[in-house]
Amino acid sequence: MGIKTVAIHSDVDANAVHVKMADEAVCVGPAPTSKSYLNMDAIMEVIKKTRAQAVHPGYGFLSENKEFARRLASEGVTFIGPDTHAIQAMGDKIESKLLAKNAKVNTIPGFDGVVKDADEAVRIAREIGYPVMIKASAGGGGKGMRIAWDDEETREGFRFSSQEAASSFGDDRLLIEKFIDNPRHIEIQVLADKHGNALWLNERECSIQRRNQKVVEEAPSTFLDPETRRAMGEQAVALAKAVKYSSAGTVEFLVDSSKNFYFLEMNTRLQVEHPVTECITGLDLVQEMIRVAKGYPLRHKQADIPINGWAVECRVYAEDPYKSFGLPSIGKLSQYQEPLHVPSVRVDSGIQQGSDISIYYDPMISKLITYGSNRAEALKRMEEALDNYVIRGVAHNISLLREVIIHPRFVQGDISTKFLPEIYPDGFKGHNLTDLERRELLATAASLYVAEQLRSQQFLGTQRIPVAKSKRSTWELSVRLGDGIYPVAVSKDGSSFSVEVDGMKLNVTSEWNLASPLLSVTIDGTQRTIQRLSRNASGDTSIQFLGTVRVMSLRSDTGLMLLEDVQGCFCLRSSQLLAYKLQILTKVAAELSKYMPEKAAEDTSSILRSPMPGAVVAVSVKPGDTVSEGQEICVIEAMKMQNSMTAAKTGKVKAVHCKAGDTVGEGDLLVELE
Amino acid sequence: MAAVRVLRRAAAAARLRGAGPGPGPHRAASGARPPSVPERIEEKRRAALLGGGQGRIDAQHKRGKLTARERILLLLDPDSFDEYDMFVEHRCSDFGMDSSKNKYPGDSVVTGRGRINGRLAYVFSQDFTVFGGSLSGAHAQKICKVMDQAAMVGAPVIGLNDSGGARIQEGVESLAGYADIFLRNVLCSGVVPQISLIMGPCAGGAVYSPALTDFTFMVKDTSYLFITGPDVVKSVTNEDVTQEQLGGAKTHTTVSGVAHRAFENDIDALLNLREFFNYLPLSNRDPAPVCECHDPSDRLVPELDTVVPTESTKAYDMLDIIHSIADEREFFEIMPSYARNIVVGFARMNGRTVGIVGNQPKVASGCLDINSSVKGARFVRFCDAFNIPLITFVDVPGFLPGTAQEYGGIIRHGAKLLFAFAEATVPKITVITRKGAVQIIFRGKEADAEAEYVDKFANPFPAAMRGFVDDIIQPSTTRLRICHDLDVLASKTQSSPWKKHANIPL
Repeated sequence: MGIKTVAIHSDVDANAVHVKMADEAVCVGPAPTSKSYLNMDAIMEVIKKTRAQAVHPGYGFLSENKEFARRLASEGVTFIGPDTHAIQAMGDKIESKLLAKNAKVNTIPGFDGVVKDADEAVRIAREIGYPVMIKASAGGGGKGMRIAWDDEETREGFRFSSQEAASSFGDDRLLIEKFIDNPRHIEIQVLADKHGNALWLNERECSIQRRNQKVVEEAPSTFLDPETRRAMGEQAVALAKAVKYSSAGTVEFLVDSSKNFYFLEMNTRLQVEHPVTECITGLDLVQEMIRVAKGYPLRHKQADIPINGWAVECRVYAEDPYKSFGLPSIGKLSQYQEPLHVPSVRVDSGIQQGSDISIYYDPMISKLITYGSNRAEALKRMEEALDNYVIRGVAHNISLLREVIIHPRFVQGDISTKFLPEIYPDGFKGHNLTDLERRELLATAASLYVAEQLRSQQFLGTQRIPVAKSKRSTWELSVRLGDGIYPVAVSKDGSSFSVEVDGMKLNVTSEWNLASPLLSVTIDGTQRTIQRLSRNASGDTSIQFLGTVRVMSLRSDTGLMLLEDVQGCFCLRSSQLLAYKLQILTKVAAELSKYMPEKAAEDTSSILRSPMPGAVVAVSVKPGDTVSEGQEICVIEAMKMQNSMTAAKTGKVKAVHCKAGDTVGEGDLLVELE
Repeated sequence: MAAVRVLRRAAAAARLRGAGPGPGPHRAASGARPPSVPERIEEKRRAALLGGGQGRIDAQHKRGKLTARERILLLLDPDSFDEYDMFVEHRCSDFGMDSSKNKYPGDSVVTGRGRINGRLAYVFSQDFTVFGGSLSGAHAQKICKVMDQAAMVGAPVIGLNDSGGARIQEGVESLAGYADIFLRNVLCSGVVPQISLIMGPCAGGAVYSPALTDFTFMVKDTSYLFITGPDVVKSVTNEDVTQEQLGGAKTHTTVSGVAHRAFENDIDALLNLREFFNYLPLSNRDPAPVCECHDPSDRLVPELDTVVPTESTKAYDMLDIIHSIADEREFFEIMPSYARNIVVGFARMNGRTVGIVGNQPKVASGCLDINSSVKGARFVRFCDAFNIPLITFVDVPGFLPGTAQEYGGIIRHGAKLLFAFAEATVPKITVITRKGAVQIIFRGKEADAEAEYVDKFANPFPAAMRGFVDDIIQPSTTRLRICHDLDVLASKTQSSPWKKHANIPL
């Protein structure tokens, strides 16, 4: 658009991608957001200094902050977003709902306001009809949300929520409303100008969530028929017009199994998942926002807004999906390669190889978007893109994303916001290998091992003492995978290997480039992209196969080291944390390994280690205290989440290794019990 | 029984050509006839393969250790072991040692040669199942023979140590055996690489053989090295100490610096040794090996542009830099847990082995102290002796101040590092990643030692303008530049003035 840009950044982001791309960059403070990206004074200062004419607030931080919008307005700087009035109106749960009601938008039956006592709460709940949801009006998202199925639970929910409302928000108002079972989260993108025009740009389905945060989004939704879509779109536009909305915004709805939809809230900013809408409509939303902010009327009519093909977005996070579907991970991206060679892939990211994922910000690595002429094509490309995405140095959720998008229920479109806890009631455990896939994994790993062994004999140049090349053509190996030990025989046949596993022969072909992070392997005609994450001399190999991978950090005698590991792959020192192990030995070595002493594993019940990097908020015990199983020992805050650490057994506290205010890394020892 | 099967394989490998038919089924029937020579050979061979007998083999396994032969089997390429002196027996006749039940063909060590990834290596593996692996005159003689051969042929010697010490029944004969080995360790030093892997006890005078070799590796929990054991320590100094505390792998890899690395168990150690071996040239007559490499030598390393923090006081991990530059991110670190303020080890650049030395800003700001100077110096001298180019990553605030260091002789020990670098004639490439308070710049092309004070990396010009640094490079091009320079420097020749040997400040 030919507009010069100024990036603001914190100290630690001095080398971030947005800083490099902008024409100018100014540091607004140290890493903590309150001192940098939320520091309005500093940002206003930069605006004055650089004489910026407009500010795009992005989608976090100050994007929905009416005070910020007001301050910009008072300086005569354009806020690229809606008016202060709309931000304020939609920022309040109760007011937005009232506005929606008045604009004839379907709302969830419920009550909002001050609830006198538990009896009144029960009366309201009965009126609405169980189940009901109770929460503090001022609380955002799903925070502090409680679900009550009967009177007693209502009383309990009232007690808890009213306390929280008063203590956390200083606002007594409560929201009690109909709890929608099996809901889908479907939102309508709206775009409005300052001339009273508003469009709906179709929907996004964002039902795949964990802890009320979206993980996988797509547009359009498999669930909506044209009538429902139009009805939702028209209501969304009605609401936008009712608040004199301008710029891009999103009206979120909950949709029940009978396609009844209810207004949830309106986000007065660009959404993280906006690229899927851009893909299917062909509009550049940021460009439209800038045009609208400048005061231009919309360029499109409702009839011009198409649904072309299908787009899917996966949020790639630096987090360990094996813990509550994702606990944040930090570290340096030692290797990073986006799958841009896969067709119809868009990657929106702000990081690059060598970037640090720090505890200060949201651990999102990127948004991975694939596009296709239909859903199946978009999903197929997503699968390929995920397999070809190289992320090393931090844990990431590729395995979870891949499992979601290939799950039969997801593929059929049979999803709800409860998808993850329903599909993985005991937590996500990684990909479950079928027998065929297991054979493929074993054959690939064994072939890789042999390719490596063969290369180890390749010395270049003339040798004073000639190298005696092995004439061996068959390797008898023993591969340990999980609890199983599999004899695998590999014979070389040109550039391919013939591998015998479980009495079946598989043909494995590849270029065997042992340095490339991605290895394209063809196993009996099926092409797979695998990633070998690490190997060592003792045959321990970690391979990312079908997305399943796990990264974990361990303490070793050389200090803290990051050990990349695969689920499906081995880890010598803390095997209990992993579902599978993969170790490749020659048959001879495997036979002798039975004599190797078992090294005593650390008794983890009497020690508490930090499951993630973060800051210690509170320590509730001191040495000598007696704690009972499940009792809170300390609280770790990471990426804006407070995590209560509890005792794994009853016992006496032997030592406390942390205090409030400490910064701890994953695996750091916090407390020892006797 | 796996063990028996394994032994049979070894038997097949060791069988002499033309030794005649093996023991046939008729042999048992013809009991009256004295065994023929081929039969006697076969019988001795079978006995040799069993070492101290099945009972002791089982006991060895119970300790979590493999037998001397099983270790060789894992260390060497399949079917590549050629054994020497399988028929040697000890010559002691005192204390009833001459009785036939006290004779074991081969005595308490297995020796020979074989191949590791096709390349020649000489090996001795002490057999704990025979008299606790104790060193008899014959045992020493067998070891000396492989060492002599290795030196003549020009191939490394690998010792797998698992010995209770001197053969007490032999007295001075045994002690003289140690002296013979020590002498050969010294004569071979700088001629062929010598590697010791301690896989069991190694105590008393015996420890000095590994100590004279180039690298000493240990197996965690099952190996010990000490001059005097806990009992003697208790009686002399009244200290209470366990074997593990006194001379276990942890002590020697973290506290004493006696051992260069420790491994989890026998198998882990032997497989790692195979990998390690591939970095080494066979002798001082051979160039550093060049392996087939799939990692492009002109690969840019973008993360290097951001890895070094802009604040000069902020630490970073030098290993991140080393891994990102080396072929396939592989780095075989030597002494990873000792004097961690300096990092040394082997890597490959475009397939060629290089020795890497780096200050570690993460530990004690990467300062040089007594231990890190000695660690660095010894590594540099090994590389120089065996034609391995040196790549040095410098970010050093200087030598560690304080009475402990001064009284400990930091001047004398620090001088070792200077000496080693200055003496080295192999290609030397130095990358200053941030600062060199005492910047020691060696340029392979001229190989003159220069010292220049540069107050901070933020200003590399004083050094660059005087030509003490050759160039100021974009960090992401470091790998490309090093690979390129190594190609050019491959033909480097440099000789030192004639001398009997230099006099490094020991």
